[in-house]
Amino acid sequence: MPKLIMTADDSASVRQMVSFTLKQNGYDVVEAVDGKDALTKLGSQKVDMLITDLNMPNLDGLGLIRGVRAGSLNKFIPIIMLTTESQDSKKGEGKAAGATGWIVKPFKPEQLIAVIKKVLG
Amino acid sequence: MIEQHIVTYREEANELLTELETSLLELEETPEDSELIGRVFRAMHTIKGSGAMFGFDEIAGFTHEVETVFDLVRNGKMAVSKQLLNLTLRARDHIKSLLDASVSGNDIDRNEGNAIIAGLKQLVPGAEPVEIIRAAQESAPVSQTSDGDQNTWRIRFKPIPEIFMSGTNPLGLINELRDLGTCYVIAHTELIPPLSEIKPEHCYIYWDIVLTTSRGMDAIKDVFIFCEDDCDLKIDLVDDGASDSGQDYKKLGDILVERGDLSPAEMYKILDMQKRFGELAVSIGAVTPDKVQSALVEQQQVKAVRQERATQESATSIRVPAEKLDLLVNLVGELVTVQAHLSQTAALHNNADFAAIAEEVERLTEELRDTALNIRMLPIGSTFSKFKRLVRDLSQELGKEIEMETEGAETELDKTVIERLNDPLVHLIRNSIDHGIEMPEVRRSAGKPSQGTVHLGAVHSGDSVLITIRDDGAGLDREAIRAKAVERGLIAANAELSDKEIYNMIFAPGFSTAAKVTSVSGRGVGMDVVKKGIEALRGTIDISSVRGVGSTITLRIPLTLAIIECLLVRIDENYFVLPLANVEECVELTRDDISNAHGRNLATVRGSIVPYIPLREQFGISSKRPDIEQIVITGINGSKVGFVVDNVVGEHQTVIKTLGRMYRDVKGVSGATILGDGTVALILDMGVLYQAAAELESR
Repeated sequence: MPKLIMTADDSASVRQMVSFTLKQNGYDVVEAVDGKDALTKLGSQKVDMLITDLNMPNLDGLGLIRGVRAGSLNKFIPIIMLTTESQDSKKGEGKAAGATGWIVKPFKPEQLIAVIKKVLG
Repeated sequence: MIEQHIVTYREEANELLTELETSLLELEETPEDSELIGRVFRAMHTIKGSGAMFGFDEIAGFTHEVETVFDLVRNGKMAVSKQLLNLTLRARDHIKSLLDASVSGNDIDRNEGNAIIAGLKQLVPGAEPVEIIRAAQESAPVSQTSDGDQNTWRIRFKPIPEIFMSGTNPLGLINELRDLGTCYVIAHTELIPPLSEIKPEHCYIYWDIVLTTSRGMDAIKDVFIFCEDDCDLKIDLVDDGASDSGQDYKKLGDILVERGDLSPAEMYKILDMQKRFGELAVSIGAVTPDKVQSALVEQQQVKAVRQERATQESATSIRVPAEKLDLLVNLVGELVTVQAHLSQTAALHNNADFAAIAEEVERLTEELRDTALNIRMLPIGSTFSKFKRLVRDLSQELGKEIEMETEGAETELDKTVIERLNDPLVHLIRNSIDHGIEMPEVRRSAGKPSQGTVHLGAVHSGDSVLITIRDDGAGLDREAIRAKAVERGLIAANAELSDKEIYNMIFAPGFSTAAKVTSVSGRGVGMDVVKKGIEALRGTIDISSVRGVGSTITLRIPLTLAIIECLLVRIDENYFVLPLANVEECVELTRDDISNAHGRNLATVRGSIVPYIPLREQFGISSKRPDIEQIVITGINGSKVGFVVDNVVGEHQTVIKTLGRMYRDVKGVSGATILGDGTVALILDMGVLYQAAAELESR
């Protein structure tokens, strides 16, 4: 059965690019337009992994990560954050919130897949 | 694909710019509204982030500058001022013009951008220098290859107990290490608390990993890149291949001391007692058995690596006459048969001791079989190099410019198979050179490089080796082959045939479309001989070709001739085996199916019609047909053919025995094998059976 991955991003173009790349590589994708939407969907649907942007309206990436880790259904899934910040501070905050890893934008589709394969094991 | 993303990005960016404008104007009314400031920041952030993703580097770079200023505002380090809003609105218009310019290709006023940035910088309190972000300044962690010597590393990986809360799977990381090279993993369990205190969501185990790899430190560190802060990680180089101090590696005690698991004083104390070090270290409670185990593994692995290195250096090998090897393989074949008998007898006796011995013998036999067959394996490269000469000589003779490429020369095949492949390969390569590759001037006028290429490749695929001969020549002439086949009466003039069926015509005896006979080919001897040669090796041959682009011929050759995987089937009291390489699936054939087919030997399998051969009739077995029979569906020459049997018994390791001189000319049987209980089963030659049936049908 293909793995189900959620992509949470307020940018439609990034969502589209991530979805396209994932689907091409045989993953199933569920999209969320912001942190709140993502958290609601994750409350009722089991996914294998979450890829989230950090800056989003309603609920930002850090809030979403904390929310997922505090929940039950998807508590232990790998979470990858997308960040434009190359500084370690953002990575640190994300890690502290419970993110598994990160990808720095801009990234190439191959890089995205490499990281997904890495954290999905 | 990327075009479509770019269109989406433009639409999105335009929406965001509109939103940015509205938010900025609102912000003018209520400069303290943090919600609005957040919206402005996010809009710019998305424009920047997505812009960089889709190649709008200039937009990304410019927006970053503006965003940086708004980050300060968001964090309360700067107030919203009229001046700031003016500049930001100008910046918004500039981004818009950059975006439009990417469609229209109009010139952009870069001075405007620089002026805005300069203006913004002046507003920043303390005017911190702002670095300009560039695309791809840091890539995602992708491990880089640094090919080098085989180094041995000692890695202690001790994740924090809460590791699971970061979604990290420690076993995934260890598996990733395994992919880097030879890896031994020892889990330390002494930190696991009593059951009553265990938190099921915590990780209490830590690991010692001894890894021998040609990849460097960076590759190992990359594995742990996401969890550096969530684990205690120690990576030490313990053997770098250079410091060659013979095969001996450090003493166990030294390793423990070096790792900090044992103090030097403790080590000497133990050494004084002069007993086995590991046992003693554990017995005095200085280290746990896991730690000793881990150190021992490291010692062994480094020793093994050094030993291997030493062996490679002296390259020890001995020459053995081929007949001796053949004898060995024959004996192993006998042994496999006897072992099958033993296993079957053991199963009947229901005696645990006996069964255990039988199982042990089975395991050893399998290992012995694999080893014996392996000894006869040779890399196919020696044959390949012979062909280079052939290509060179022939192309000169014909006045063509041809280069030969080879790939997979290290692929190993049974020695006998390689020898018997030689002639068919020579034929095929000659064909490629003579019929395939065109003359240099013809090639040039067709827009191809004047030098043609013949590619010879070999690759493992399951229990076979695929050998491909590919040329970038003219390809097969479908119509010419068809016309010739009609002329020779091989097919009817109005027959509708697939490309594959037409291409297969060239395997008919005496078939040639070459306009004139050259010294190289065109006499029409060859392809049928090639096909026979390949089939004698139980291989298959397959052609694909595109007119004007080239042809590819693929040979599928079993690794060895002595022992093959087969499907064992039964009809009444008789056993037969079918080489598993051709078997595609087994389906049931009921009475109803037979009556529905109105006396024709056709079965419907998932919508497609498959002809079948009732083996019961073929071998004159007169007993009654069971109600439900089985069809073994096989792929022969690209078409599906079923063989009807009573019962499919299962897979069988078949040791091939020839039938002897008396039965040399029997059609449809390629040999025999002896089953575990001593029964003889005939090995069916499905291709011949199919041909015979097809001829019978056409009469």
